[in-house]
Amino acid sequence: MDDFIWRAVLVGLAVVLMSGLLGVFLLWRRMAYFGDTLSHSALLGVALGLMTGTNLNVWIMLVCGVVALLMLYLQHNPALGSDALLGIIGHSALALGTVALTFLPGVRVDLMAYLFGDILAVSRTDIALTWGLAVFVMAVMAWIWRPLLSLSVHAELAQVEGVNVWRVSAVYMLLIALMVSVAMKVVGVLLLTALLIIPAAAARRFAKTPEQMAVLAVMVGMLALLAGVGISLQLDTPTGPSVVVAASALFVLAQLMPRSA
Amino acid sequence: MSTTLLAKLEHISLRMGQRVILHDVDLKVYPESVLTLIGPNGAGKSTLLRVMLGLQKADGGKVWRMPGLRVGYVPQKFHFDRLLPLTVERFIGLNLSRHDAVAIRQCAHETGVSDLLPQAVQSLSGGEFQRVLLARALLNKPHLLVLDEPGQGVDVSGLSELYQLINRLKQQHGYGVLMVSHDLHLVMASTDQVLCLNRHICCFGQPEAVSRHPEYLRLFGDSRTAGLAVYTHHHDHQHDVHGCVVPLQEGEEHKHG
Repeated sequence: MDDFIWRAVLVGLAVVLMSGLLGVFLLWRRMAYFGDTLSHSALLGVALGLMTGTNLNVWIMLVCGVVALLMLYLQHNPALGSDALLGIIGHSALALGTVALTFLPGVRVDLMAYLFGDILAVSRTDIALTWGLAVFVMAVMAWIWRPLLSLSVHAELAQVEGVNVWRVSAVYMLLIALMVSVAMKVVGVLLLTALLIIPAAAARRFAKTPEQMAVLAVMVGMLALLAGVGISLQLDTPTGPSVVVAASALFVLAQLMPRSA
Repeated sequence: MSTTLLAKLEHISLRMGQRVILHDVDLKVYPESVLTLIGPNGAGKSTLLRVMLGLQKADGGKVWRMPGLRVGYVPQKFHFDRLLPLTVERFIGLNLSRHDAVAIRQCAHETGVSDLLPQAVQSLSGGEFQRVLLARALLNKPHLLVLDEPGQGVDVSGLSELYQLINRLKQQHGYGVLMVSHDLHLVMASTDQVLCLNRHICCFGQPEAVSRHPEYLRLFGDSRTAGLAVYTHHHDHQHDVHGCVVPLQEGEEHKHG
């Protein structure tokens, strides 16, 4: 098989590893909108990176990090925060990024690659970066697992019992911001949230503990990735959307399967 | 009543925008003593608890907690996401840095939820859920137990049992209790002190005195006529499982139900 396919699979596996671990909490905390706002604002990072001619990943992480902290601030100030406001931030950043890209002199930007991913174009550096991040995300998640689970159930109860809710939430949101910057290559900004929530939702039926659900979510994600890349090669379809279609199919399949005792 | 103080609020005031939520509220909580906050909706009862717990900053006044104070918190009834696979056992021990099955079993036994431990948290009834929350609060070996409307979602027969349980465990553990309650008639029977709040302190004292206070009568006059009156009574009989009247055995405390 060709080299680029292996690179794509390697990067993809690292991404679904992260999205599985992070995604279950997005589901438990009912924060799917958060994934959308963050991934949409990544396009503004792309535009800024291309304009300044510097590293795209750094800009995406920067923009997503700022948006993540802004959202955290809004979440803790109910007087300011609302779903509408989060939608405004995400979509404004998406639109602003798209508009900014068209102003770039001399460069013809492949917008589709950013919107829907371009996993077959990843480099060896991308593999190293993505796996490095995946290991980092796993380590930090292991570290904050218990307090994060506790605050996902009831934030104020966790706080009274000594969890630093603000700090743990901030760390978690910044991890998602980090993931967005590399996951964009796989599925693009428009479908990124799907990688976070669909494998996690598919895993729910078969999990008896939170940890089981996270591990199953990672496995569903990996299966979806392999299937998606396979479909893409066979039928010459865009890879990112194919992966999401495969994940959705697995979700439907999971609902039809009898639940184990 | 012990003279050691667990926590103290002095001259607490809080506004949100133009609305005054709390005005010049004082309260003190002592070990082995139950202080119940009553008052109409929007009176600031829950907010006052949140100030005490450090979840809400007051605009003015002083919050004092005994150094090293361990608090057990039973929040208002809340909704568990169906997507979270969590057993009752895991939920009770969620904040332990190391899972301690023995301690969890012990607390569950004390609140009568041992049989529920392997169940999913989403399957609990209102009354079961409150007992599970209570078990979780006990796990922290609290000096102070703070309960926000523990009677929510609990049926009438379960209610008096729940308040009796809180009182019985109080004697074993020696904790002080600060709670918000709507169950006036039951509260009056099982509390040491009542603070009637309506953004400011309307009246404060022992239940019998508060229930005769004109401010209290003004706020709750209607509920008295609606059958929620405060009354002290002694049963001279009890009912067996078939509902037949049987005489009360000597020395036995009266039971509701």
